[in-house]
Amino acid sequence: MTSRFSRTAGVTAIILVLLAGAVQLQAVREERYPPLASDDESLYLRSSDTLRRLAGAYTLSASDLYWIRAIQYYGGNKRRVEAEMKWPAPPPALAKVPDDYPLLYPLLDITTTLDPLFTVAYRFGSVFLAESEPRGAGRPDLAIALLEKGLRSRPDKWEYMQDIGFVHYWYMEDYKAAADWFNQASLVPGAPWWLKSLAATTLAQGGDRRSSRAMWEAILQSADNDWMRQDAERRLMQLRALDEIDLLQRRLDTYVARIGHPATSWEMLIRAGLVAGVPLDPTRTPYALSADGQVTVSQSSTIWPLPVEPRHLPTPPS
Amino acid sequence: MNDVLATVAIARNVFRESVRDKVLYNLVVFAIVLIGASYLIGQLTAGQDVKIIKDLGLSATSIFGLFIAVFIGIGLVSKEVERRSIYSLLSKPIERYQLVVGKYAGLVMTLAVNVAVMAAALYVVLAYLSWGVSADVQRVWDAPGMDPGLLKAIGMIFVELMLVTAVALFFSTFSTPLLSAAFTFGFYIVGHFSSDLRNLQDVVGAPAAAALARGLYWVLPNLAQFDIKAAIVHGQPVPAGYFVVTVAYAAVYIAMLLTLSSFIFSRRDFK
Repeated sequence: MTSRFSRTAGVTAIILVLLAGAVQLQAVREERYPPLASDDESLYLRSSDTLRRLAGAYTLSASDLYWIRAIQYYGGNKRRVEAEMKWPAPPPALAKVPDDYPLLYPLLDITTTLDPLFTVAYRFGSVFLAESEPRGAGRPDLAIALLEKGLRSRPDKWEYMQDIGFVHYWYMEDYKAAADWFNQASLVPGAPWWLKSLAATTLAQGGDRRSSRAMWEAILQSADNDWMRQDAERRLMQLRALDEIDLLQRRLDTYVARIGHPATSWEMLIRAGLVAGVPLDPTRTPYALSADGQVTVSQSSTIWPLPVEPRHLPTPPS
Repeated sequence: MNDVLATVAIARNVFRESVRDKVLYNLVVFAIVLIGASYLIGQLTAGQDVKIIKDLGLSATSIFGLFIAVFIGIGLVSKEVERRSIYSLLSKPIERYQLVVGKYAGLVMTLAVNVAVMAAALYVVLAYLSWGVSADVQRVWDAPGMDPGLLKAIGMIFVELMLVTAVALFFSTFSTPLLSAAFTFGFYIVGHFSSDLRNLQDVVGAPAAAALARGLYWVLPNLAQFDIKAAIVHGQPVPAGYFVVTVAYAAVYIAMLLTLSSFIFSRRDFK
């Protein structure tokens, strides 16, 4: 009995020593000969129909895998592009043509071909595609193509119509098309009542910050999950920051008119009695003040960078 | 009456033997671990954890059920021949068809228990995930977390596995285990590509090839129709009539395969 126990203990000890040796050797090898950076930005099979056939009875799980890959691809590239943006811009001759998310649409297309009812892939995907850099691919045309593909599978999805209208409004500045899509969405049985008024507001006040706010509030109300909700809340905070920046900019103009030169720090404005303290953005991060007296959100704020607002509609002649 | 009792006794024996098989336990444990791991995978998916757990849970049930059906199904007859226990079996007052039907019923019972265990594991993971989630969040899900409708998809997986088991048993009555496994997997794959066979005339110019493909479409088992996972996971309705026609198709096809298996087995010479 004792000899059997000691033999088992001895074998276990040998296994542990060998395993520790293997781990140690791997660590030494990685230190001396670092592994080559893997080319993870490759998509060997681009035909979504071929993949659907290959997946057979397991198309749902295959679509989940591609969805996870799309999210990781988007997240990884976004982090890289945002980090690059914090460095000084290269000279124009060296600047590359922006195409930081070349695989995003193929990944989303495959995901939604494998599972044509995957609502979040259409809705998230369109946000990722339409957003301008660094937060997205800057391809509103592909965002609309993806959502229209979703509508072919689910013609009753008013949320897709609302999202198409939103892309037209925010990224293409086509307020007429946006209003048409909101109107079309409002006609779907079960669609919320506010889509009708959103269509009217868009047509009347396209580009106005109030209609932008109404749009993001609508997105917030129809959000499918936490990510969309948080994104809409972040956008609403950005709009609040834009309002606050307008107000602060007026105070800075007052300072210039009173003192004769622009303020270069918040202390100068505080001493002049124009602000009570260092102004904070909606995330409680201090606003940044540039040397030429321009206010913006700090790069350390989670709402940086602020979006480029859609242009205002021309005022109709009275 | 005695015929039925003898068949039931054979089925119970197969069930008992299968339950003792270590391979079976490994497969079931692996499936349960995979279903449990889907909880971790779900964390990577931007709020789509419930959908992914359902997808992966149903896929695991289907694929491990397939392995159980094939790897146990192909050995049902060949094992008896290999061990030479077939002689003592055939010396008993039973008909050969009873042996085939009894063995089939025994394996179906084993499958039923395994599918039930995997379904229970899936519901446990879903219950854990849904617990404490606010009603607001649950409202935007396509289907409830603990959706009883999942049982419909699991039921269809089980019916599909019954059909695959009949295919495996059919091959095992006249072929070696290795070939039987290859043939059964081949049938499974073709069964899921049946729509391509039907539409071959769209891509092939030769009318004879198109006609042959169309003929195969009608003759080979169409397994794609049992796949209602997407509809169930997304909370889409599946008409009751669809279940009735699909299950009836499976019953008729299984009856045909068992008749064919019994016929081949009854003509086999074990001398």
